[in-house]
Amino acid sequence: MKLTLKIWRQKNNNSKGEFKTYVHDHVSPDMSFLEMLDVLNEGLVKKGEEPVHFDHDCREGICGMCSLYINGRPHGPLQTTTCQLHMRSFKDGETITIEPWRAAAFPVVKDLVVDRSAFDRIQQAGGYVSVNTGGVPDGNAIPVPKKVADEAMDAAACIGCGACVAACKNASAMLFVSAKVSQYALLPQGQPERKERVEKMVAQMDEEGFGACTNTKACEAECPKSIKITNIARMNREYYSSMFTNYEVTVSGGGD
Amino acid sequence: MRSIFGFLYKYFQTRPTYMNWFSQLITSTIGKKLIMALTGLFLISFLIIHCTINAMIFLNDGGVTFSHWGHFMGTNPVIRTLEIGLVAGFLIHIFQGLLLIKKNRDSRPVRYQVEAPSPKSTWYSRSMGLLGTLLLLFLIMHTAHFWIPNRSNQFATGEELNLYQMMLNIFADPLIVILYVLGCISLAWHLLHGFWSAFQTLGLNHQRYNSIIHFVGTAFAIVVPLIFALMPIAIYLNWVH
Repeated sequence: MKLTLKIWRQKNNNSKGEFKTYVHDHVSPDMSFLEMLDVLNEGLVKKGEEPVHFDHDCREGICGMCSLYINGRPHGPLQTTTCQLHMRSFKDGETITIEPWRAAAFPVVKDLVVDRSAFDRIQQAGGYVSVNTGGVPDGNAIPVPKKVADEAMDAAACIGCGACVAACKNASAMLFVSAKVSQYALLPQGQPERKERVEKMVAQMDEEGFGACTNTKACEAECPKSIKITNIARMNREYYSSMFTNYEVTVSGGGD
Repeated sequence: MRSIFGFLYKYFQTRPTYMNWFSQLITSTIGKKLIMALTGLFLISFLIIHCTINAMIFLNDGGVTFSHWGHFMGTNPVIRTLEIGLVAGFLIHIFQGLLLIKKNRDSRPVRYQVEAPSPKSTWYSRSMGLLGTLLLLFLIMHTAHFWIPNRSNQFATGEELNLYQMMLNIFADPLIVILYVLGCISLAWHLLHGFWSAFQTLGLNHQRYNSIIHFVGTAFAIVVPLIFALMPIAIYLNWVH
């Protein structure tokens, strides 16, 4: 296959980037998209040029590291991660435009690499549960209905890749945050921090500068882990219930 | 003047903390959408009444029934008080919408070169700002035709205008009829997303009720704008006279 690639090149966060066009004629339809870029980079290195920087790690669709906005869609034409996208999804002679995720909260580090640590800070704000020290608790000691466990597991499938932000016209992180809120809100282990969690995570999400939700379903359509927007409705419910009913701690518990 | 600003500054610096949760709620991205959803549903309830009363013109009785109810709406003290809430509802929905457009644009300062959204996301759901702006322009024209002259006349002389006769006069102009029909089309698309979206924002998404919400929303978005659009058309074509 022969392809024309229009790739966003940007030296660093402060410099102004631009598209550069590369002709790539050593593409096999069986290559993954990232392998295609590896071959391109090998050629660039041999020519003494700066290779194209892009994020990748596990290359088996579970880590959420690979990004890339390909031909107007996050992770390209299929609802997968970019590492699971193969060149057979493209036509011979096609021009492919590759851009980084675009969001105020995801600044470009270099070329196609963006800084997604905003997601980490949201997670740190409330995406955890308290556990007791000591012996390991027995498995299945707390009964959880199968349907609820499945629902929580579906939410927990989120790999934090940021495709939802990239796909959203508002660069909103609601699908990511709602998945993280849901996975704990549904389970008994998540109850102690339940109300505080949603308040803190939403506050951090706003702090990072993500947009609001217009319910366009663009995120759901692109999510490689099929996270549903029912999670966003659940997060909204959790948020209202927390804001209207959470305890205001005004007296100390006697600890000081 | 200085002292007023000084007072306000001091107040907001030292205001009691018991309402902090509320300002935090309504200024969060979820709270802003909550306001859009609540005002949106309120405006939808207004559309039902507006549409029902105006549909009285189809009785073709020379505007007798229509004028009877128009008089009730224009003079009943309860309705007139609610009207203040309606104006506020419109203003809040419009300004919050404009603020959200601004905020959402700022969330993506560098646009994509190529955008090819998934067909699972509808174009009208992504164009609520545009459709809303078209509706705002329509609303300005529409209130300038009927509501503003009528209320200012009531204020000045205490007399209501003959709204039925005004409709017959205004809708004699084909350009106005076309603009009204375009306004109704924008309304239909806006409602087609807005009705369902309001429920989703309120957190009311549940397998058991989703199909009924979608059905009622779609039916509402088609029926109400259609009845509205038929009014200027019927008058222009002299079906109603």
